[in-house]
Amino acid sequence: MQKRQFWVRFRRNRLAMTGLVMVGIMFVISLAAPWLAPYDPNQIELKEVLLPPSAKHPLGTDPLGRDVLSRIIYGSQVSLKVGFVSVGLATLIGLVVGALAGFYGGWVDYLLMRLVDLMLCFPSFFLILAVIAVLEPSIWNIMVVIGLTSWMGVARLVRAEFLSLREREFVVAARALGASDWRLMFVHLLPNALAPVMVSATLGVAGAILTESALSFLGLGVQPPTPSWGNILTAGKDNLEIAWWLSFFPGLAILLTVMSYNFLGEGIREAVDPRLKD
Amino acid sequence: MWPFICKRLLMMVPMLVGITLVSFVVIHLAPGTPVELQTTMNPKASLEAQKRLRELYGLDKPLAVQYWEWLTRVARLDFGFSFSPDRRPVWDKIKERLGVTISLNLLSMLIILVVAIPLGVLSACWPQSAFDRAVTVLVFFGFAMPTFWLALLLIMFFGVYLEWLPVSGLTSLNFAHFTFWQKIQDLAAHVTLPVLVAAFGGLAGMSRYMRGSMLENIRQDYIITARAKGLSESTVIFKHALRNALLPVITILGLSVPGLIGGSVIFESIFAIPGMGQLFFGAVMARDYPLVMGELVIGAVLTLMGNLLADVSYALVDPRIRAG
Repeated sequence: MQKRQFWVRFRRNRLAMTGLVMVGIMFVISLAAPWLAPYDPNQIELKEVLLPPSAKHPLGTDPLGRDVLSRIIYGSQVSLKVGFVSVGLATLIGLVVGALAGFYGGWVDYLLMRLVDLMLCFPSFFLILAVIAVLEPSIWNIMVVIGLTSWMGVARLVRAEFLSLREREFVVAARALGASDWRLMFVHLLPNALAPVMVSATLGVAGAILTESALSFLGLGVQPPTPSWGNILTAGKDNLEIAWWLSFFPGLAILLTVMSYNFLGEGIREAVDPRLKD
Repeated sequence: MWPFICKRLLMMVPMLVGITLVSFVVIHLAPGTPVELQTTMNPKASLEAQKRLRELYGLDKPLAVQYWEWLTRVARLDFGFSFSPDRRPVWDKIKERLGVTISLNLLSMLIILVVAIPLGVLSACWPQSAFDRAVTVLVFFGFAMPTFWLALLLIMFFGVYLEWLPVSGLTSLNFAHFTFWQKIQDLAAHVTLPVLVAAFGGLAGMSRYMRGSMLENIRQDYIITARAKGLSESTVIFKHALRNALLPVITILGLSVPGLIGGSVIFESIFAIPGMGQLFFGAVMARDYPLVMGELVIGAVLTLMGNLLADVSYALVDPRIRAG
């Protein structure tokens, strides 16, 4: 019943549907990259360096003569991977920390919440950069680091939800039936906390994509020749005066992708709780 | 008021210890010790010299002892010496750049406040109007815009195409020869784009927040009372609703501090501004661990102080907090 209500509201919400369609298109583009990209993204053509957009290269070429459109199409794979893996990790940590804190309360709650406060004290970009300085910059390290520095919001959400639910009858009943703590937390309580977590995870994907592209832009993210939107922009920055297309198109790709996840997240939020829509 | 401030200050102590502990752990994730890093580059470093270096850094002691020794030094603002060729103390390097980063971030906060509050208030006064919708679109752009891309676009337009504004550094080369007013003008021109870029993301969040806070307050009973008394609409909005709606803004400003400080890495390296962010970026690239660790600690301490400031000013304007 509840699920059906959600879908009815979700489908009626223009923002949510726009987001869903846009996210769907992004998925198709990154999965079908080998068929969609007109060229090999790493094909160096030294006779076609820094060409402006034309019929042959719709979005121009980069300083090594590689086709920018193809690199942007393949770059979407990086964004998708980083977005989902790092948010998956963050959500998992946040769920466990929040569930433990909200379920047990007392000193467990106190300690875990101080840990959350502590993590929130670091400018997260500083923390991420410091870890990257220590480890090698690579796509796996980035995913792990973004995940490890962005779980605090989810933890707080889950904790608040658990605190408000743990004394309710259905939990007491399940406990009386002899359910273990573990079962109470993850079978009985967790499903009730999933809606806000879903919203925060969707918005988190957008955030992770922005962070990855910023890191790659600074040269501390995905390393060339693997194309990512951020590292195409690095080449754009070095050729700002002569090749606008190198800076313009990859940035536009980031903007549109991040926006579509934000639309989807806001849409889910409104569908879950219609009161939020003024 | 003073008991409240003292309580908050005391609560900062365990946080500070936590911050140093996390920073210490992060740096010790590093494969290899600073000694190896310094000596592998240098074939002349004998085993004897390596051993001496290790003793110098205290790396032959257990980790807990190392942390304690480091902590007592950090308490005296002694972060050790940078690995870079100049070998200067880390704190000296950070100190000379703190001012730039803090002033730029304060400036962008000011812009966020001056622009976002009217935007939020006006769109809350006429929800679903054309203006409100336009602001909403702007907000979605603000949330999704990668700041470094915005920086590149602004550089291309104002710096390269129109040639109106300088795009790198804080001052022109011949700054020393300028008169006072020319200096002010030169600084302002250099600072415009970086501050705009730094403020843009925060603008979206703040105006969204202001709108929500305003809408919430307009629905309250005391607003109905104010209107029923026959007060003019502008008095109701600006005197009654706005004052109360502004309260949580203080908290949001405090919360935005880590984002602003983190963001300075990006805009300072794009615009070649000699601040903490640029220093940090350089330190990361050069794997200058003492400097990275110092920056991490200082960045977190700045955040902590931002939060303290927000709490204290909230307590100043809202007596309920002081009691609680």
